[in-house]
Amino acid sequence: MIRGVIIMNDQGKPRLIRFYEFQPVEKQQELVRSIYKILCSRAENVSNFVKVDSLFGPDVRLVYKTFATLYFVFIFDNSENELAMLDLMQVFVETLDKCFSNVCELDIVFNFNKVHTILDEIILGGQVLETSSSDVVMAVEDISKLEKNSNSIIPSIPGWQGR
Amino acid sequence: MAGPSLMDSLFQRSLDDIIKGVRLCPPGTEPTFIAKSLDEIRREVKSTDRQTKAIALQKLTYLHSLHGVDMSWAAFQCVELSSSSAHSHKRIAYLAASLSFNPSTTDVILLLTHQLRKDLSSSSVHDVSLALSTLSSICNPDLSRDLTPELFTLLSSGKPFVRKKAIAAILRVFEQYPDAVRVCFKRVVENLETTDVGILSAVVGLFCELAVKEPRSYLPLAPEFYKILVDCRNNWILIKVLKIFAKLAPLEPRLGKRVVEPICEHMGRTGAKSLAFECMMTIVSSMSEYESAVKLAVGKVREFLLDDDPNLKYLGLQALTMVAQKHMWAVLENKELVVKALSDVDVNIKLEALRLVMSMVSEDNVMEICRILISHAQKSDPEFCNEILGYILFTCSRNFYEVICDFDWYVAFLGEMARIPHCQKGKEIETQLIDIGMRVKDARLELVDVARSLVIDPALLGNPFVHGVLAAAAWVSGEYVALSRNPFELVEALLQPRTSLLTPSVRSVYIQSAFKALIFCIWSYGKLNGDDASDPSALTELVAKCHLEGNSETVACESLSDTEVDNANMVIAGGQMSSASSRKYHLTKESLEGLVNLVGTNLGPLAGSDEVEIQERASNVLGFIELMKPELYGHLGHTEGNGMKGKLEASEVVKLMFDVFSEELGPVSLSAQEKVPLPDGLVLKENLSDLEAICSDVKFPLSTSFSLVHSQIMEKDTASSPECKEESGPSTESTSLLAEHRKRHGLYYLPSENKGTTFNDFPPAHEPKDKTIDEAEDLAKLTEESLIIKKKQNQVKPRPVVVKLDDGEGLNVAVEKSKVKTDLISGAVREVLLGNEATTSSSRSKSSNKSSKRREVDRIPESGNDIVNTAISERSNVGSGRRKHQTHLSSGKEKEQHDHKGKQKRDSRHHKHKSRQRADGAMNIPVQSPVIPDFLL
Repeated sequence: MIRGVIIMNDQGKPRLIRFYEFQPVEKQQELVRSIYKILCSRAENVSNFVKVDSLFGPDVRLVYKTFATLYFVFIFDNSENELAMLDLMQVFVETLDKCFSNVCELDIVFNFNKVHTILDEIILGGQVLETSSSDVVMAVEDISKLEKNSNSIIPSIPGWQGR
Repeated sequence: MAGPSLMDSLFQRSLDDIIKGVRLCPPGTEPTFIAKSLDEIRREVKSTDRQTKAIALQKLTYLHSLHGVDMSWAAFQCVELSSSSAHSHKRIAYLAASLSFNPSTTDVILLLTHQLRKDLSSSSVHDVSLALSTLSSICNPDLSRDLTPELFTLLSSGKPFVRKKAIAAILRVFEQYPDAVRVCFKRVVENLETTDVGILSAVVGLFCELAVKEPRSYLPLAPEFYKILVDCRNNWILIKVLKIFAKLAPLEPRLGKRVVEPICEHMGRTGAKSLAFECMMTIVSSMSEYESAVKLAVGKVREFLLDDDPNLKYLGLQALTMVAQKHMWAVLENKELVVKALSDVDVNIKLEALRLVMSMVSEDNVMEICRILISHAQKSDPEFCNEILGYILFTCSRNFYEVICDFDWYVAFLGEMARIPHCQKGKEIETQLIDIGMRVKDARLELVDVARSLVIDPALLGNPFVHGVLAAAAWVSGEYVALSRNPFELVEALLQPRTSLLTPSVRSVYIQSAFKALIFCIWSYGKLNGDDASDPSALTELVAKCHLEGNSETVACESLSDTEVDNANMVIAGGQMSSASSRKYHLTKESLEGLVNLVGTNLGPLAGSDEVEIQERASNVLGFIELMKPELYGHLGHTEGNGMKGKLEASEVVKLMFDVFSEELGPVSLSAQEKVPLPDGLVLKENLSDLEAICSDVKFPLSTSFSLVHSQIMEKDTASSPECKEESGPSTESTSLLAEHRKRHGLYYLPSENKGTTFNDFPPAHEPKDKTIDEAEDLAKLTEESLIIKKKQNQVKPRPVVVKLDDGEGLNVAVEKSKVKTDLISGAVREVLLGNEATTSSSRSKSSNKSSKRREVDRIPESGNDIVNTAISERSNVGSGRRKHQTHLSSGKEKEQHDHKGKQKRDSRHHKHKSRQRADGAMNIPVQSPVIPDFLL
């Protein structure tokens, strides 16, 4: 099972935090801090896996990858394959890239809800649902349309729902 | 707080505004800004305008999730907004709920039940998927129970998009409400049949999660999984199926036989590293008995190790660690790669390689491996260096130094480790030095040598990390001073000026050790000058005694001559006169005087130290010197024995002290006390009011019952030589010294609650072992410290005896963890899968089948038609009176069951499951043992 997904920037500022088992928000912040501490101590071009038993209990691992200014972090247990998690992260990033055409940190900063929507299409309750980024993009576009339609009754909407 | 006005709604700040605001905040003002925004949100969220409410909630969710703001107070607003007909509102509300609700404490979750039910039955797939996603995040038992029927329907939804999400969500429902398994499990299993990759992936993922927790219940589904393994070409699905088989194969040997071939095929065929990795992990973890498969897997591991990608290298090493448990050859084959990985830039890889290297350690190669590692440690960064040292220390000391044969080497090696500049493992080295000193008699000589070189080196005193080691070294030198080549030099080293850099506790060990060495010198001198002429045999005897147990001399001597140590100055050499006379050479009147003066001058100032430990010990030594001085000088003045009386007195004190210090402290089992049977007539809970009466006897030599150590002295002395009998009642002074010692090394004593029992009559704690020891050592009698001797026969150089206490000391961590918590889910799963005839198949079904059946039937009305149909067909199956097979698993409830029967009876019903036939064909294995259900047939 996937325990959580975190995106944070290279300053340690979280951009997305999603745990699939309930964690009190203070705990979440603390975990993000500890993870950041681990990640920034790691050199470049080293393996992407980190054992985080101390934070999450036995057999829980973390895989991370740096994309530009962002760390993408997946936390998962032993019913997931390590390399598959790396692939899944790739799917996630690809999807973001497609949805925001050339995704950058700011897109993720200003599209809180949409990033969650995208993630929810890929992972549900810690289970991998969809591994094809184009399918995810289709679903997300569908949802955006649906949201626009439902909002068309009320015209004065700030541009919060992303592009 | 006033309600929101129209103006508020019109000029409401959007989430973007908030984000920008936070970003523009000057450092430090962020909390103020957030607090201000929160005030706004509090007002806005109460708005009757849904749009305003939605935006407020959206902002709040953002602040909650990324800035840690509490939003439990807005839980009700989430519920309110979720009923909005606008999908965007619903999405905001549900996201807020999934990110902030605590399933076990948020009570408004119950209010969400109705809305979730409505959305789960909505015609819009996105409404449904939103509700499913929310459900999986906030699921609690009530919610699960109430929504099970909706999920049941969704499990066979015509829309794959919805169905796969329902399958993923049902995992949480099962966890929260195991009864849902009875309703939904069949539907879930049916989904294994699907051709839709998304659905299949979800359902296999679900089974993977379930099987990790309790694999046995899912054995009946093995044929389904096998079919997927053979037919499917989707890597994601295959990985999950492999994970399932990794759990199932160890439970059913024939299963491994069936699947090992397709797994190897996948491994050879696939280009995807993830799948290849999963294949090899499955083989090495669960099918390690299939040699050829393991060979293939190890070949693949090697590919990973040779790859440039650090991830693959890392995972390859991990896989190798797993192989190593059963197939050491695999590691040896890749030895050079592993050793190379030790110097990788990546810490992960280095650590993994280190772990592997340590797993290779055996008696034969421990020296070589340690040598390689230590040279790595010296080159590495401090952190990794200490990892290496930690691993070495751990591995070498494991199970009472199991892998160590040559303790001389190991002891020297410990000293070497302590000198490594980054070494922070002082604590561990300290423990082992002392531990070896006590456990391995034969290593003491070398130990003293190592200790000497540590103590004598002024450079080490400045490094706080080695202080622990120095303390151990000082203790060893003091305790085994009889083995020292040059006690004079030792005393000088222990009192060198730089010892002021030590922490007080270590320094007090130094002082105490110097004291011991001093006593030894004076005593030896006394012996040489006094008793030498008159009673040389006494000297030999005492020397023999001073080096503690009687009979190991021979071994020690052998090892001495073997290693060609210069033993000219050693008293140890079996008490031969040659050594004694060479000692005489060192022990002149002047040198002794000088020594006493040295001690006096060095410790004098310390008597005023404000550290109590130091002050006390220094005063002890000084007091002793004061006591000695007139006698000593007098005696030294008239070498030829004038003033006999004074001399006698002094030498007696010296002898007394010497005896106190030369008493060996053996390790004592933590449970030694428990092993002592309660003597008849001893009432432990008795009131101790008459204690005082007993206490008054304490001064008497024989009332040893109040101190374990005391009693040891008794027994030992009586055992070793009758001559010592007189000293068996050491004065209260020596008891206090002992007590001091006990305080210092409390670790090695039994807790002092031992009072009140008499030790003298006790049978030795480890009776069964006594005989062997008695044969091995000619100690007349054993004390509680009775030792176990572990000797390895087939060695060129005999492994020295390592003293062990039979209960394995720290090792007695009970292995009772195997309590299998049969969890409710698997219970329900078994009921569903194994149904009513499970009793014949195995002992596994634990629940009452009748009742499960009844429950199943009872549920029919509320669960919908499908169940009715299945249930009916099921009953007809049962009724149709099939031939009983021993291997018969359950009623016709489950599909694989049909298969199973179809295979054997070619049932007409079988054509329903055509798709399965392919897989079936491959699974013709004869029934080997009728007792085990043959799931694969």
